[in-house]
Amino acid sequence: MKHIQTLNGATLKASAAKGGCGECQTSCQSACKTSCTVANQKCENQ
Amino acid sequence: MVHTFTALGQYLAADVNSGAVHVLDRMGYDLLSKVEGPMGEKCPQELKDQLPQYDPKELDELWEELRGLQEQGLLFSSDDYIDADKAMALPRQAVVKALCLHVSHDCNLRCKYCFASTGDFGTGRKIMSFETAKRAIDWVVQKSGKRRNIEVDFFGGEPLMAMDTVKKTVEYARSLEKEHDKVFRFTITTNGVLLNDENIEYINREMSNVVLSLDGRPSVNDHMRPTVNGKGSYDVIVPKFQKLVAGRGTKDYYARGTFTRENLDFGEDVKHLASLGFRSVSVEPASGPLDDPFAIKEEDLSQVKAEYEKLAGELLGRKDVNFFHFNVDLKQGPCVIKRLRGCGAGCEYVAITPDGDIYPCHQFVGKEEYRMGSVYDGSFDMEISGKFADQNIYTRPACRQCWARFYCSGGCSASNLLVNGDISQSNEVACEMERKRLECAIAMKAIAAGMGETGNTECNNTDCNQCGDCQ
Repeated sequence: MKHIQTLNGATLKASAAKGGCGECQTSCQSACKTSCTVANQKCENQ
Repeated sequence: MVHTFTALGQYLAADVNSGAVHVLDRMGYDLLSKVEGPMGEKCPQELKDQLPQYDPKELDELWEELRGLQEQGLLFSSDDYIDADKAMALPRQAVVKALCLHVSHDCNLRCKYCFASTGDFGTGRKIMSFETAKRAIDWVVQKSGKRRNIEVDFFGGEPLMAMDTVKKTVEYARSLEKEHDKVFRFTITTNGVLLNDENIEYINREMSNVVLSLDGRPSVNDHMRPTVNGKGSYDVIVPKFQKLVAGRGTKDYYARGTFTRENLDFGEDVKHLASLGFRSVSVEPASGPLDDPFAIKEEDLSQVKAEYEKLAGELLGRKDVNFFHFNVDLKQGPCVIKRLRGCGAGCEYVAITPDGDIYPCHQFVGKEEYRMGSVYDGSFDMEISGKFADQNIYTRPACRQCWARFYCSGGCSASNLLVNGDISQSNEVACEMERKRLECAIAMKAIAAGMGETGNTECNNTDCNQCGDCQ
């Protein structure tokens, strides 16, 4: 690749296949109570 | 949808639907920014005409490179997770797995930006009895169904004012774990005033996470977080927080501050908290209705975004501080199903008041029209819960158009209500800040991976076309 480097692949698509167990933390509860970022949370199944 | 952006001197592209992220050179950025996918076989002449600074043959080669990514599903990928028009049919099962337990509607500080009317949420100063807390625990065990992990956050007001209830509740919940195959994770959010050796030891033993409220520099903190008598709280709480953190081992905690319109240089507060020895730091924008004197306004955004970028540059490579909002897990974050409907308020997550009343989340407490039921009679309004369950990144109009939807998962219903009077209508100021934080976080990842051009990390411009100094 001359002009582009891929930092991250199609991880969202991959997660669709086995996700949805619901055991992860509620996002707002995780640290801050006013913040909704979800992508910084852990998956409980990994 | 592909979002191209610059941050920290990096040229980046996020493919929204696949989760792929690419680091580009300037030419790649300039071309991809102009492409509306899906890409055809050849680079259109009109795009070449718009980029006269580049050799047309090189643009053809670049086009091929980009096309290759498209073919691999890493650019302009389709959103086939769900039929957007059927998103309203997402399950409304209301499996409650997290409680914000308001053990105290009283507080020993008088923070000026407090959304809880200085601690009592406008409902009178009260402490939750153990009987009420016990009923809340019984209720969530029943409502959590087959979910094993249950979170309980002790909140207030100031929860250390109800330490007796806290301890009895933890003991009671633990006594149910084995029989019901549940794991309770307790957290507490405290202003620190009542911390002492005994409750520090207790918190460090029992709480999986603790949120320590402190705004940063002494002048900032003491201006916004005075005691009941109007004195500053910094000198009282900082040594106690440091003692707690010193005994915490590897367990989670956050030194958590709020920034307002009065300290838009909040990066200095983040760095101050780090200088106190707090590794995990979160400093969040004050939220409030449009007439709130402290909440961030549209006219503050350029300064806030520049401050985030400056802070990101300053935190690059630092191992001693982990800023919550620059902490994005691109590879192993939550599954896409979680990302459709982030916060879970009103369905997976509810708040319980000292009287046992149930609200969609802590920020709705005191809004009578959002009272959902009571742990005393087991009532739970599925109509209100359904309204919250219907909130997702496909049903919220702004989210459907937003590149950041799978990172933030739809924002905050309470914030939307405060600003727009409707839980579905996104608070655009909060969204803008969220998008900027994410751009910074992704750029930091790229730099940490050693990717991209050398970059100009001194640059604070939020729009790469503002100058041209780094070309």
